[in-house]
Amino acid sequence: MKIRRKDKVRKSASIFEKVNRIRREGLTRKQLGYVLVIPTLAVIACIAIFPFIITANYSFHTIKLNVPQLGRPYVGFENYIRLLGSSRFIDSFKITLFFASIVVVAQLLFGLAIALVLNKEFKGRGAIRATILAPWAIALIIVAQFWKWMYNGVFGIINFFFLSLGIIDKPVDWLGESASLAISSVIVTELWRNTPFMAIVILAGLQSIPGELYEAAKIDGAGVFQKFRRITIPLLKPAILVALLFRSIDAFRAFDLLYALTRGGPGNSTELASLYAYKLLFGYLDFGRGSAATIMMAIFTTALCLAYLKLIRIE
Amino acid sequence: MHRTTSLKRILSNKFTPLHIVTYVFTGIFVFFFIFPLYWQIVTAMKPPQEIYKIPPLWFPTTPYLERFYNVLIKREGFLLNIRNSFIVSSCTTFLCLSLSVLSSYAIARIRIRGGEMMLIIILVLSMLPGVAIIGPLYLIWKQIQLINTMFCLVITYVAFFLPFSIWFLASFFKTIPPDLEEAAILDGCTPLQALVKIIIPLAAPAIFTIAMLVYIFSWNEFLFALTFTRSDSARTIPVGIYMFHGLHEIPWGDIAAACTIVTIPIVVLVIIFQKYVIQGLTAGALKG
Repeated sequence: MKIRRKDKVRKSASIFEKVNRIRREGLTRKQLGYVLVIPTLAVIACIAIFPFIITANYSFHTIKLNVPQLGRPYVGFENYIRLLGSSRFIDSFKITLFFASIVVVAQLLFGLAIALVLNKEFKGRGAIRATILAPWAIALIIVAQFWKWMYNGVFGIINFFFLSLGIIDKPVDWLGESASLAISSVIVTELWRNTPFMAIVILAGLQSIPGELYEAAKIDGAGVFQKFRRITIPLLKPAILVALLFRSIDAFRAFDLLYALTRGGPGNSTELASLYAYKLLFGYLDFGRGSAATIMMAIFTTALCLAYLKLIRIE
Repeated sequence: MHRTTSLKRILSNKFTPLHIVTYVFTGIFVFFFIFPLYWQIVTAMKPPQEIYKIPPLWFPTTPYLERFYNVLIKREGFLLNIRNSFIVSSCTTFLCLSLSVLSSYAIARIRIRGGEMMLIIILVLSMLPGVAIIGPLYLIWKQIQLINTMFCLVITYVAFFLPFSIWFLASFFKTIPPDLEEAAILDGCTPLQALVKIIIPLAAPAIFTIAMLVYIFSWNEFLFALTFTRSDSARTIPVGIYMFHGLHEIPWGDIAAACTIVTIPIVVLVIIFQKYVIQGLTAGALKG
């Protein structure tokens, strides 16, 4: 007992000394470092970590904002069990996985092709690089507006193109007619908006490969395809993996485009997980189940992120 | 050396099948990326009777500018939304940059304990889907009566874009050689003075890049803006344009005009500063 009190006294004395020293001599370099990160940590803790913990907590309760008299009873894993048993949630996850994998693979292939073209010297290369960057800078919600107009079932220009090429024989309502047409239309729009990112990242990777490698390979008698397989791909791999990480996570949590283009329709055929979660939260005001859905999404994205990081580290 | 050989190669075998395929492919993808933008501008400039013409007209017979007048002057909300977007994006950029310069300096140059750990936690946090925190945040803003204000948007955006800018700046700060800073400190500079007089001027291009990307990101953000705003007084432009959809009729011409007005400055900005944008987009991927 006595000893403990003594310790306390000594401790408080040392804090007192420290404060005094700071007052006399100013902060040491390390202390200054901690002071500098405090505002950042405070903002991130309050606006990202704290709400996330509350979301996790909500997911174990029944919370219906439109029925406040219910209170907020604790229900354990019921929200999760109900969601995993509902075909709408499972379907939304499946559609998200389908959407994300198609989008990421297609962006990788097209991005690689475009980057290989832009890596050659030709007139107007800079202009092309600048113009393909333009879609990336436009808000998804605005992108959705003008693609929606092009997809229009009666007056849309895409119908006109396909009619005059003879691919279709009567106008098609691209976003509203069938599930497969709607999801393909959304994917095309997503590719328009985000392939430039992939192309630009891969192009930067290509330009960082020293030309001497290709010269040496040429002297050794390697063909175009061999050079591509033995030099380009291995050296590009790290850059591509990181770009893939960002694109997969973004595709997995896609919201704006779907919200504006189809709202999940026709039926629920284009209802991605984040859209369904958003509808649960702010449509049905069911914060318990909505939170459970977003927690499952968060677990999935974190796992995906860690898997990628592991892959990147192995490389 | 490499440059001349590749040029020579292109000149010497101009008509290989590979080249023809390349040209066709280039033509197709340039058309694919440019046409929607062109079509939007053309739609905005068509008089009402020409918008719904079948087959569509490739360009308006006479440019019709009344829609721009409609959108800018007649719709009260639009200019207000643009002003809000300016305020929100500028404040977000300023706050986000100030915070991330300070903390990146602490992590990358002062090398505080736990700094690397902090970077990893921040990276994982930045992967969280926005919907995972939007519910509680909405209730918090409502509780403290900050819902439907630009303030809550700014604070949310700052938190959301901080991870990205800290990652970028910290990795840039690490590449600055330590000698200059050490010399300054030997001459009696405090660490803060060294930051302001040595590090920030050296990192100016990187800081500019991040500022521009954060500006574009917050200008374009939709999910939080949609959820946290109720009226035109706080709405930003993506939500404002989304609200153009009437109950019965969709004013396609007006929407195209509004989109054009909002798109052109951003596209021009990106094209002028493409060097910096590309640097920002690729640095994350290449330095990783």
